[in-house]
Amino acid sequence: MTAVFQSYLGFGFGWFLATLIFILLIALPLMLAVAMIIYADRKIWAAVALRRGPNVVGPFGLLQSFADGLKVFLKETIVPAAANRGLFLLAPILTFTVALIAWAVIPFSAKAVLADINVGLLYILAVSSLGVYGVIIAGWSSNSKYPFFSALRAAAQMVSYEVSIGFVLISIVLWAGTFNLNGIVLAQKAHVLHVFNGFGFNPLLFPMAVVFLISSMAETARTPFDLTEAESELVAGYQTEYSSMSFALFWLGEYGNVLLMCALNAVLFWGGWLPPVDWAPLYWIPGILWMFLKIFAFFFVFSWVKATVPRYRYDQLMRLGWKIFLPLSLFWVFLVSGWLLLTHSGAMS
Amino acid sequence: MSIAGHIKAFTLWEFVKAHWLTLKYFFKPKYTINFPYEKNPLSPRFRGEHVLRRYPNGEERCIACKLCEAICPAQAITIEAEPRDDGSRRTTRYDIDMTKCIYCGFCQEACPVDAIVEGPNFEFSTETREELIYDKQKLLDNGDRWERAVAANLAADAPYR
Repeated sequence: MTAVFQSYLGFGFGWFLATLIFILLIALPLMLAVAMIIYADRKIWAAVALRRGPNVVGPFGLLQSFADGLKVFLKETIVPAAANRGLFLLAPILTFTVALIAWAVIPFSAKAVLADINVGLLYILAVSSLGVYGVIIAGWSSNSKYPFFSALRAAAQMVSYEVSIGFVLISIVLWAGTFNLNGIVLAQKAHVLHVFNGFGFNPLLFPMAVVFLISSMAETARTPFDLTEAESELVAGYQTEYSSMSFALFWLGEYGNVLLMCALNAVLFWGGWLPPVDWAPLYWIPGILWMFLKIFAFFFVFSWVKATVPRYRYDQLMRLGWKIFLPLSLFWVFLVSGWLLLTHSGAMS
Repeated sequence: MSIAGHIKAFTLWEFVKAHWLTLKYFFKPKYTINFPYEKNPLSPRFRGEHVLRRYPNGEERCIACKLCEAICPAQAITIEAEPRDDGSRRTTRYDIDMTKCIYCGFCQEACPVDAIVEGPNFEFSTETREELIYDKQKLLDNGDRWERAVAANLAADAPYR
């Protein structure tokens, strides 16, 4: 597509326009998806609690998120007098931007990826580490005690789980032999028994899939690990002083991050845009649909966990991250590399 | 912890069980009703918004005895009265401050002529506080609007009084 644009509009401008269109093609449906996923989250949570959830705005309440968005949009933006105004307004923008830019390297199908860079996984790690800055800046610039506590918690929590996520990714990269996300998806084709597409079906990597799933919940501060916005302790955490669109940006960024983590789970362990089984008729369904299906399946798991598991205590969270996941994933790096060396497969071959 | 305990911990057995349970609940029928369109039945003794009733000929029942004003524990009722042109004793002012009212039903119990009754209506939220300070006209209008329901409830509860 870029080539078509370049043939009409010249090299530089054609590239610019094509990339801009690609970005809009990802960002706008993503916003729509976030709106629908918030609705789905509330519905799933409600169903587990035997409630109905939103069911008044639009058919089955489908437009609930848009009504909420409109309501929030019409509210006044309040900046506390004691807050650091510049940073206070920068924080939600940062969170939202970081949640969006990570999508640049996610492959939706073999061709549909905005930036097919060969260090996609490193890029993801770098960007997801940036995400914590939005929270810390928000907590600090609010100049209020609960947001500040929340920011401290968020910093410690995201750092701890990023370490084990890093080791999990190393075992993936060892097996795939590439940092490129499309390459990782292709490496999973017929990975197990020449039938199943996905590292997660590999008994050696399945525990890492579980560790990654749990770590990604901690990374996005979803419910069992939502200590950063523990409402019974910290009011609303770092969002306490926010209102109107600045609050909505946090909201969108948060759910954008959740979707990103669902997509990463799908791409890294469950075959991304490949069908789960390497069987020709399944390839008639376009890859992008498989990808969406997997993202939604993971989102269902996220909501399901949210509806089931009560919040962890702070020391339990730290214990799980540093004393269980870190040794386990480190050990698994040795195990996987040893196995690959022994069998001369994966990246070693 | 025993070996079995460690195995349970590392296979996340408790979590698997918990999620299986919540998945079963996910597919169960909903427990809540579809509220604005579906409503629970109310007891005839339900104490909701107040109404001032009239006799079938249109004469208001209230005789300004002020028993309700006297018994009201929240002191929400204010009554002023003077003789009407035909000599009968009537209220010139009958205000209920609904923001004070605790819906105890004592006014209804005290009333010798069943004039002030707490009706079955509980959906009377307003946008301003002032709208919740009911005057006599508002209460009489309520009475006209809810007379059938109120009369039926009083009749249903009469054998137990």
